[in-house]
Amino acid sequence: MNEALWALGRGTGVVALALLSLSVVLGIVHRSGRPLPGLPRFSVTLVHRDVSLLGAVFTLIHVIALFFDPQAQLNLVDFILPFLGTANPFWLGLGTVASDVLVALILTGLLRRSVGFRVFRFVHWFAYAMWPIALLHSFGDGTDSAAAWFNVVAVLCVAAVASAVIWRLTTGFVEFKKLRTGELP
Amino acid sequence: MSALRNELRRELRRESALLHIDWTACDGRGLCTELLPELLQRDEWGYPLSLGYGSNVPVPRALMDAAQDAVALCPRQALRMLGR
Repeated sequence: MNEALWALGRGTGVVALALLSLSVVLGIVHRSGRPLPGLPRFSVTLVHRDVSLLGAVFTLIHVIALFFDPQAQLNLVDFILPFLGTANPFWLGLGTVASDVLVALILTGLLRRSVGFRVFRFVHWFAYAMWPIALLHSFGDGTDSAAAWFNVVAVLCVAAVASAVIWRLTTGFVEFKKLRTGELP
Repeated sequence: MSALRNELRRELRRESALLHIDWTACDGRGLCTELLPELLQRDEWGYPLSLGYGSNVPVPRALMDAAQDAVALCPRQALRMLGR
């Protein structure tokens, strides 16, 4: 049973990392205002939301499985306050920070219309902080971080998010950007 | 002709709800024009455009669900339904 919880905790952590990476990429695509092939703009938004929620569910299973696993030595306080853990307090703490930010992102995302656009956008910017923190947590705390298969997954995640961020920083990122900022004909 | 058009417009207003576009918030992301192609076109800069109407666009009953989706999904929260 303990082995099962340990395996579940590790597996769900990796899946959560992949899903949250995909979510960051979809969030950036959404921000560009562009559709994807076969996926209209409103679908990009909905898939971004659903992938994020699925990533949060996997994060939740990850946290709960490791809480009941004796090897991880998680305490209840580690769910909320970072860097107070028994084993690997720093690397575990990064996971706590990332999951705290994830909760804030999910809540303000789902209550977007209630909290208002400014609050939503302010909190949502922290997704760009959450993702590298979660990545560092998976490398520093992950049992499989030396395994080749994990490194393949991690490199794919980094490549996807990095190329999306670089695209976001280019001038033609937003649809109609060139038309809107250009001279009138 | 214009009297008839105004009469038609008043009739449409009575029959339907109004979709309000907040132009200061709108960024022309194009979700609403995808969800309500019968109602909204995109202008050449990507902003929604309803021919014949400005900020308040009458929504026929058949398009109410799509309009509510557009309100919920607008990334800039620039859309709302006006109460009757």
